[in-house]
Amino acid sequence: MSEGVYRGQPLPVGARGKNSVGWWGMLCLIATEASLFAYLLFSYYYVAIQRGPSWAPQPHPSLRLSGPNTVVLLASSVAVWWGEEGVKKGERGRQLVGLAIAIGLGAVFLVVQGFEWRAKTFNLASGSYGSLFFTITGFHMAHVIAGLLILIAVFVWSAMGYFNIRRHAPVSISSIYWHFVDAVWLAVFFTFYVTPYLFW
Amino acid sequence: MSAWEDTRAPETRRLGAPGLGRELEEIWGEKPGLLGWISSVDHKEIGKRYIVTAFAFLILGGLEAFVMRLQLAGPELRLLTPEAYDQLFTMHGVTMIFLYAAPILSGFSNYLWPLLLGSRDMAFPRLNALSYWIYIAAGLFLYAGFVVGRGPNDGWFNYVPYADRAHDPGINIDVYALGLILLGISTTVGSANFVVTFLRTRCPGMSVNRVPILTWGTLTASVGNLLAVPSVSLAFFLLWMDRQFGTHFFDTGQGQPLLWQHLFWMFGHPWVYAIVLPAMGMVSDGLPTFCRRPLVGYTPVALATVTTMALGFGVWVHHMFATGLPSLSLSFFSAASIIIVIPSAVAVFAWTATIWTGRPVITTAFLFFAGMIVLFVIGGVSGFMTASAPLDWQLTDTYFIVAHLHYVLIGINVFPVVGGLYYWFPKITGRMLDERLGRWNFWTMFLGFNIAFLPMHLLGVLGMPRRIYTYPDGMGWSTTNLIVTLGSALFAAGVLLLLVNVAVSLRRGAKASDNPWAAPTLEWATTSPPPPYNFAVIPSVASRHPLWEARLGESDARSRLDEGLLLDHGRETIATTPLDAEPNLILEMPPDTPAPFLLALGLAIIFSGAAGHWWWLVGLGAVLIIVALLIWFWPNRTHADEPGQAGHV
Repeated sequence: MSEGVYRGQPLPVGARGKNSVGWWGMLCLIATEASLFAYLLFSYYYVAIQRGPSWAPQPHPSLRLSGPNTVVLLASSVAVWWGEEGVKKGERGRQLVGLAIAIGLGAVFLVVQGFEWRAKTFNLASGSYGSLFFTITGFHMAHVIAGLLILIAVFVWSAMGYFNIRRHAPVSISSIYWHFVDAVWLAVFFTFYVTPYLFW
Repeated sequence: MSAWEDTRAPETRRLGAPGLGRELEEIWGEKPGLLGWISSVDHKEIGKRYIVTAFAFLILGGLEAFVMRLQLAGPELRLLTPEAYDQLFTMHGVTMIFLYAAPILSGFSNYLWPLLLGSRDMAFPRLNALSYWIYIAAGLFLYAGFVVGRGPNDGWFNYVPYADRAHDPGINIDVYALGLILLGISTTVGSANFVVTFLRTRCPGMSVNRVPILTWGTLTASVGNLLAVPSVSLAFFLLWMDRQFGTHFFDTGQGQPLLWQHLFWMFGHPWVYAIVLPAMGMVSDGLPTFCRRPLVGYTPVALATVTTMALGFGVWVHHMFATGLPSLSLSFFSAASIIIVIPSAVAVFAWTATIWTGRPVITTAFLFFAGMIVLFVIGGVSGFMTASAPLDWQLTDTYFIVAHLHYVLIGINVFPVVGGLYYWFPKITGRMLDERLGRWNFWTMFLGFNIAFLPMHLLGVLGMPRRIYTYPDGMGWSTTNLIVTLGSALFAAGVLLLLVNVAVSLRRGAKASDNPWAAPTLEWATTSPPPPYNFAVIPSVASRHPLWEARLGESDARSRLDEGLLLDHGRETIATTPLDAEPNLILEMPPDTPAPFLLALGLAIIFSGAAGHWWWLVGLGAVLIIVALLIWFWPNRTHADEPGQAGHV
């Protein structure tokens, strides 16, 4: 085991990418939020298993809107990643474009989700399936909105020149949160839109 | 002061250098006045506030219990109506479990961690302040319903369908649901802070095999909280939706009442460990000081701490043995609940061996720590008994369970906490607690506790159900109940002695030296009480017992406490690598700020608005929160303006 004594080498000062405490703090937030969604999906599967196949509405949820919308959300993650690579190379323009595309795609996702909600024949209070569907997708949409607000803040700060090639921890920290929100959608999407076709 | 350095080789300084500390005092000191008080992010300030607030809730919860004991002192007493009794036992549970047991440990850990780890503050000082402000907001929120006679009244685990709107139409349960979600935010941000503090802000050389066990306990509890708290917050949110918006999560027609129990106990059981593991850590660190030897089995105890929590996620169904689940499921959870005895026993054997092979100095703190071992064994054995499903069917919802959970919670939380108070009071206040009064304090509490709770096992076996507001004569419970009430009065007198001791010693206690117990760990290397910056120079450690190295002579390596990194270009501390604790970053720490207070205020406004369906108030709170967050996270201009940097975007 190293003695861990400081040997006089120069040390970076202040937040620095994945070496910043903010990055680690974000990982903690993601861990607890991931647990939240795990418990939400647990609730869905628990009720589904207790109630059996007749519980879910027929026909199975359509992939017509939700399928392309999933691609839209994943594309926004790619845009965020592309922009973050920009700031790492010192290209502010590329970073701003990447963020702008991601924010736009995120907004499109929300709008399409709005249509998806309106097309449902059941509602929040009509039964436990509806309660679970609207609560879980609603939780996810709330996270998308929070993620968008964060991306917008980072976009503005980037435009104001707060970040440079070595100082961009907030960019990395907000990016990983956005990727997390997208990953959660995959779990939600799989649960509501794929499992009925697989098991029922 | 250079505000835009990119890298720096921090200066090393010897203690005793002239002027050392004056500048640090300037940098780290709290501003005067109310705004300064609200804005403080000093972990020691926050820790003290946590401890005082949690003790206040302990006393409230204790008074609630005592009123119930008066009601139960004899058969057919009518001091309380059934409705009042329902609210009292619920608020007693809520207060003790949520507003005392966890926050008191957060308080000690907040105060102690940076001192134990040789750091100047927690990783996120503002998050620390936020955690406290939300905690007190949630406490007031939960009590607001109670004081107007609308407190939660379905027991602290709040089972549906009792707690659904059809059976409990008042606002009582809505206040409980929202208050607990609010409190969950406090717990969560506090836990994230502990995790990152553990991983990144230990002083150079404090590799993970050299940290005090208390930090293992709190780290484990914090990881557990991050993973478990969402479960109960979700459960309460869904219940609130059921009650207010007609959803069907838990109702008996469309929903699944048992889902409540699953979500509640998937949280509840890890939580039990979260409110005992840090307290066990206090014993593991405090007891060896008085045995004049290192803890026996540091590594097994650290591993057992983590193992207990890991297993703790797989035992929740033992709270649900009587719900008619399939026997296969019962067998699995019964086995898991029995296996969890093993890591708990590791700690008990380690403490016993430490006393056995040491030269114990009998102080009040030692008595509380040693007394805790006895109570832990009794509470552990009764827990082990009820891990067996058939026995649990006989005993569930009787006073046997009440006895068990109080042995566990008072035994493994309150006793170590009071011991810890005797141990660390000199560090926190600069004065010693009185030892003679301390003996009276310990023996009154220890005897009072056992007289109050040991007979409850018998009451349970005799079939007395928990949560009944009175009982008829001739059940054979009357004499035992009277003994229990007398014991609880003695126990209360013991707690009162503690308060007297604190009040008297704060003014007239003997002045404490830096290290009055000749203890081995870093918090005793600084003054009593510590300066706002904790350490004038950052220590670097070479063993688990930096202050005992010469005495123990385990190796030639020596920790350096009188010479280290100065770090005085603003509020700074050192960040190190997660495992080996090698310095790898100079952390810039935030200044005092009212942003955490504003954020907590915004949250409190949102939750109050939600309770009353005043949606405009919710919007107002949301705006306040966004403003507070923007102030909080606004990037540092000075870094963006670093001059002459190639690649400036």
